[in-house]
Amino acid sequence: MTENPTVAATFDGAPLLGVPGRSVGAALVAAGITSWRTTRRGARPRGLFCGIGVCQDCLLTVDGVPNQRACLVPLAAGMVLESGDGHA
Amino acid sequence: MREQVTHPTDPLAEPPLRVVDVAVVGAGPAGMAAAVAAAEAGAGVVLLDAGGQLGGQYWRHPAEAGPDPHGGRGCERGGHGSGPDEHEHGSDEPEPDGPEPDGHGHHGWATFLDLRARIGAAARTGTLEHRPWTSVWLAERDGDLFRLRTTPVPEAPPPHPSPRGDVLARRLVLAPGAYDRQLPVPGWDLPGVVTAGGAQALLKGSGVLVGRRVVVAGTGPFLLPVAAGLADGGAHVVALCEAADPRRWARHAGTALRQGTKLAEAAGYAVRLARHRVRPRTRTVVTEILGTDRVTGARLARVDAAGAVTGPATAVAADSVALGWGFTPQLELPLMLGAATAIGADGSLVVRVDPAQRASVPGLYVAGEATGVGGAALAVAEGHVAGRAAAGAPPDPARRREVLNHRAFARAMHAVYPVPAAWPAWPAGETLVCRCEEVSAATLRTACHDLGADDPRAARSLARVGMGRCQGRVCGWAAASLLAAETGRDLTDDDLLASSRRPLAAHVPLGTLAGLDTAADQEGSTP
Repeated sequence: MTENPTVAATFDGAPLLGVPGRSVGAALVAAGITSWRTTRRGARPRGLFCGIGVCQDCLLTVDGVPNQRACLVPLAAGMVLESGDGHA
Repeated sequence: MREQVTHPTDPLAEPPLRVVDVAVVGAGPAGMAAAVAAAEAGAGVVLLDAGGQLGGQYWRHPAEAGPDPHGGRGCERGGHGSGPDEHEHGSDEPEPDGPEPDGHGHHGWATFLDLRARIGAAARTGTLEHRPWTSVWLAERDGDLFRLRTTPVPEAPPPHPSPRGDVLARRLVLAPGAYDRQLPVPGWDLPGVVTAGGAQALLKGSGVLVGRRVVVAGTGPFLLPVAAGLADGGAHVVALCEAADPRRWARHAGTALRQGTKLAEAAGYAVRLARHRVRPRTRTVVTEILGTDRVTGARLARVDAAGAVTGPATAVAADSVALGWGFTPQLELPLMLGAATAIGADGSLVVRVDPAQRASVPGLYVAGEATGVGGAALAVAEGHVAGRAAAGAPPDPARRREVLNHRAFARAMHAVYPVPAAWPAWPAGETLVCRCEEVSAATLRTACHDLGADDPRAARSLARVGMGRCQGRVCGWAAASLLAAETGRDLTDDDLLASSRRPLAAHVPLGTLAGLDTAADQEGSTP
């Protein structure tokens, strides 16, 4: 893989490094974070599943906007990411 | 672009909409080919796609560098928010002398680059307009025209695409593609379990490995590039489990040999896997994924030709599992327009098309996986046929022959890699079938036998299967198949129609729906 510039965002207040333009979900997985919301009924952890915007499992809050699919949001410098899908 | 001004039927839509000759939805292999064929045949084309850059899922590649290296935007998305006139310079395509996207690990990459260059050329002459990050959430007839209601994909980076969203077209080519088909297995809802396509998307789109120790399982040739890509990237592919027995290809030797490039492709994956000491385990399935809050391992077991487990399970340690059982075509838009369907060679619901890729609805053409899963080369050939036909150009017999040959290969492939007939016996009672609404196999079986919810429609209302955020996209096929098995009948066209029809094809902001003066806003609600 080609080397790319790294930008810093934050996830629940902690720094998260990643490649700008690539997905937030990929940055989280690369950082070893596998889940960032819990289900409403069973309170089970969920993260990336389909990776292409179909399953809605990887929702999180981006710059205050809830229900964003982490697999689709391109990472940008200074982005504020929060776990949970805004329904908690 | 050749177009005329019409008075829209919706008084809220301003300014009056132009009518485009051909609208193409989807910019994967089929949609790109259709857009190119239609534009080069002289039609004015609008190419709408939910993705930020051309290629779809098959040719997904890392975000290409934008023109401003300091703008915090690494992806190609020029043209957002710009009016149609500003597209005439092809501003939404990379500059011809810009960096080439990395085609590492991609098959047919030369085809992608060729199609992309031709789309760029057509955009520069004003014949074609590519609108990235655009979801088509409703398709309807408007007199002799098609009206497509669009909305920016909520996750699109700024500057955001224009919210003004209707497209009026004389002819419509739908190339919506497909996503991984899934069969529920205990533990498949644990973090660390992804679809095979999801693992591939992480790798191809972002260069990220889903885990360090990965089990790849399911059925079909797509598992090979997924496992090979992970191994090449440095992951330990703990097990590559193929439920089928690929030796059954011997029965289809003639068909296979006529597709020499596909054999060479498969041989290439075999060599790469062997280099990493990954030996595919055939007639083997994952019977359980282990872990409490994330994947820690998986149990594997041998199955017979029907998919019945024949031996004791062995446990392997792993931090992730990638699952794929073929693909499910995305049929929301063709179904909305009333296109006739059938059950395809792989058991999926597919759109019926004639040799010109015409669906049963006049003016509607469908290309790619939506007419039957068969891979990118078939999709490109179908896209060419559909695009030419939609532009009113005479057919190209060579392309039609390509379609027939690839289709024959796809039929053989589905015969070799079927969804195992015995799979409905796999999910234990507590196994989730519907991940969104967290409906277990036991709940579904109880609803079927005690409440009479023996088809997907009844199961939706009585057990909430497929009622969650994904609207049954992930569990629809499996739930319908499970209910059919529980009631001892074959899966029917009607079963799959019930789980494939959706009032809206994409998530839409409630404000957009509220401003819509049709029956759609009474049906549709975003979860």
